[in-house]
Amino acid sequence: MHNFRFDPCRLPLEAEELRGEVRTFLKEALVGIPPVVRAQTWSGYDPAFSKKLGQQGWIGMTWPKKYGGHERTALERYVVLEEMLAAGAPVGAHWIGDRQSGPLLLNFGTEAQRQKILPQAARGDILFCIGMSEPDSGSDLAATRTKAEKVADGWLVNGTKLWTSNAHNAHYMIALFRTSSNPDNKHAGLTQFLVDLTIPGISIRPIKDLTGNAHFNEVVFEDVFVPDDMVVGEEGNGWAQVTAELAFERSGPERYLSSYLLLGELIRELARRGDKSADAEVGRLIAHLVTLRQMSLSVAGLLEAGENPILEASVVKDLGALYEQELPVKAHELANVEPMIGTGSDYGQVLGFLSQASVSFSLRGGTREILRGIIARGLGLR
Amino acid sequence: MNEFQNILSETIERLLSDHVTKEVVQAAEEGTWPSALWNALEENGLTRLMVSEEKGGADGTWADALILLRAQGRHAAPVPLGETLLASWLLSNAGLDVPEGPLTLLNDVTLAGQDGAWKLSGTAVHVPWGRNATFGVAVLEGPDGVTYVARTPLAETKKSHELNIAREPRDTIQFDGVSVEAAPCQLPGNLPKNLQVWGALMRSSLMAGGLEYLQSQTVQYANERKQFGKPIGKFQAIQQQLAVLATQAAAAGAIAAHACEAASSDVDCSFEVAVAKTRIDEAVNISTSIAHQVHGAIGFTYEHNLHLVTRRLWSWRAEFGSGREWAAKLGREAIVRTSEGEGDTLWRYVTSR
Repeated sequence: MHNFRFDPCRLPLEAEELRGEVRTFLKEALVGIPPVVRAQTWSGYDPAFSKKLGQQGWIGMTWPKKYGGHERTALERYVVLEEMLAAGAPVGAHWIGDRQSGPLLLNFGTEAQRQKILPQAARGDILFCIGMSEPDSGSDLAATRTKAEKVADGWLVNGTKLWTSNAHNAHYMIALFRTSSNPDNKHAGLTQFLVDLTIPGISIRPIKDLTGNAHFNEVVFEDVFVPDDMVVGEEGNGWAQVTAELAFERSGPERYLSSYLLLGELIRELARRGDKSADAEVGRLIAHLVTLRQMSLSVAGLLEAGENPILEASVVKDLGALYEQELPVKAHELANVEPMIGTGSDYGQVLGFLSQASVSFSLRGGTREILRGIIARGLGLR
Repeated sequence: MNEFQNILSETIERLLSDHVTKEVVQAAEEGTWPSALWNALEENGLTRLMVSEEKGGADGTWADALILLRAQGRHAAPVPLGETLLASWLLSNAGLDVPEGPLTLLNDVTLAGQDGAWKLSGTAVHVPWGRNATFGVAVLEGPDGVTYVARTPLAETKKSHELNIAREPRDTIQFDGVSVEAAPCQLPGNLPKNLQVWGALMRSSLMAGGLEYLQSQTVQYANERKQFGKPIGKFQAIQQQLAVLATQAAAAGAIAAHACEAASSDVDCSFEVAVAKTRIDEAVNISTSIAHQVHGAIGFTYEHNLHLVTRRLWSWRAEFGSGREWAAKLGREAIVRTSEGEGDTLWRYVTSR
């Protein structure tokens, strides 16, 4: 059985100093953005804001300087992320590149890919999307069917990616394609590609979600030519690379803070109403917040130590999504309002938005059932 | 873990594995004091972990104590190790002598008199291991408003024997103006002079250990027990339940470690302890239910070991304030901070800890 490790992680002094800088910056940068917009946090798309963060040196913070990074520690980066999320900064545009596409290229990309892409990504000029899911490949990621066939000097791609967040805004997709098929081993024969989304044959169709926003897309590839130098890592090694990438995708503070703004609004609402009957429920939500933050910090500590805490990250994401989904339910129970679109109090609007959006929090980035399957494997049950 | 903590961990694990057998725990439930177990703990110096070096202890921190308490919780060791660690720590810091033998904690008692002539009165209820402890220790306000630590021998006191649902002694002891030794409560830094806080931290740490046992025991059972031709742990329905148990045990372990870390750094850790007790109580509610569900009928028998831990968890969660009582305090403080402050007072508070 895996020994789940959540040792206390104390933030170093320089990280705490940085926290002050981030708060000063955000105080000015977020003026005039209403709570209901800030509640979108890392789904909030604002490329101008991302460029400002790039100028601050807060994208690609841990990357080597020679690729436009800033060689800060994972814990300093953690502080920047949690401050952005707690304040509801619109960080969605660069989030994917900073969190996983950049690190993926650092780990597996060619020197040319790194030099071309990473400095621009760290400035907030290049935005990424992740092409993993497909119409018939959701939780069963290895069922990927979008095919890349070898042709002279490159690959010919046909197929469809689905639920691709921000594909309509992104410059590049990190895509998982099938480059060979072996009926006995579906994990083999998968390869990652860096796909320039402006090349011919790619059509991107936004899909409106139930909140009325269109964050995600269907991306269709029809005889799309991708040159050889856009293969990321080794041909056929896609499964191992994607698995490593998912550790980054699942390990951050965004996996428990997506509804955080509502907790602040709820407490303000209860203070305004002078209601003491909800004290214990609010205290319980705070206890969960503090516990999740410590667990999330502990994962950041393991990442900083160069470990691959995929199991610990799955634990935090599972508990974190439960928490993010419980917040709107509790808010509804403790301080009822009839949620409206565009009218009513800030509290009501944030509650209304998160009541709708939060059902997706245990789907995106790996469903609850998949995460629990991973944890069960760690326990030695599979 | 540092070198000292590694040694502590190995020592307590070895000692409890040797001494805490099912027979010993069941005999303790029938009233037999496990003297071999207790003597082994004393002889290895473990009961004096948190006593200063000049008083013959190891000057251990709460982070060190957590190692012993988690192990005690895992093994359901039927002795007042947690109470003794806490009581001896309070005595040692107050400059009072630390007696031999098991110690316990007294609530609901009052202190009268003055320096050199202190009198203790009142009825202490649910005193852990009151009939076995050599001395009782209380933290209480004196007539001058100062917080004192008092110690009193228990051998001659009037007791009525009671048991909690883990069949651990929780006795009622009468004090009738008996002479006691007392000294002003002194703790390092800004640590709170409040027995409720320390009791809650001690119980939280024990519960984190108990939950570790539930995880390993339930996984082991699911891998052994076969139904429909395969181990029940191969069924997704069971796997998903065990994953939930593991996440709850992990949360409990993480927050117990965080609270003990805060207590070790001499800051006012009341907030962290309130968070830990609140969160761990909930983890106990969820995990005991899953562990019993997976074990089926065999886990409901007295013969099986599972209840030795689950009954302790149900007892401990009720002591030194329920999670909900601590949560109400956390919630009220946060709402008041928000009423009085500007901006996101909750986040600033949480990140400043």
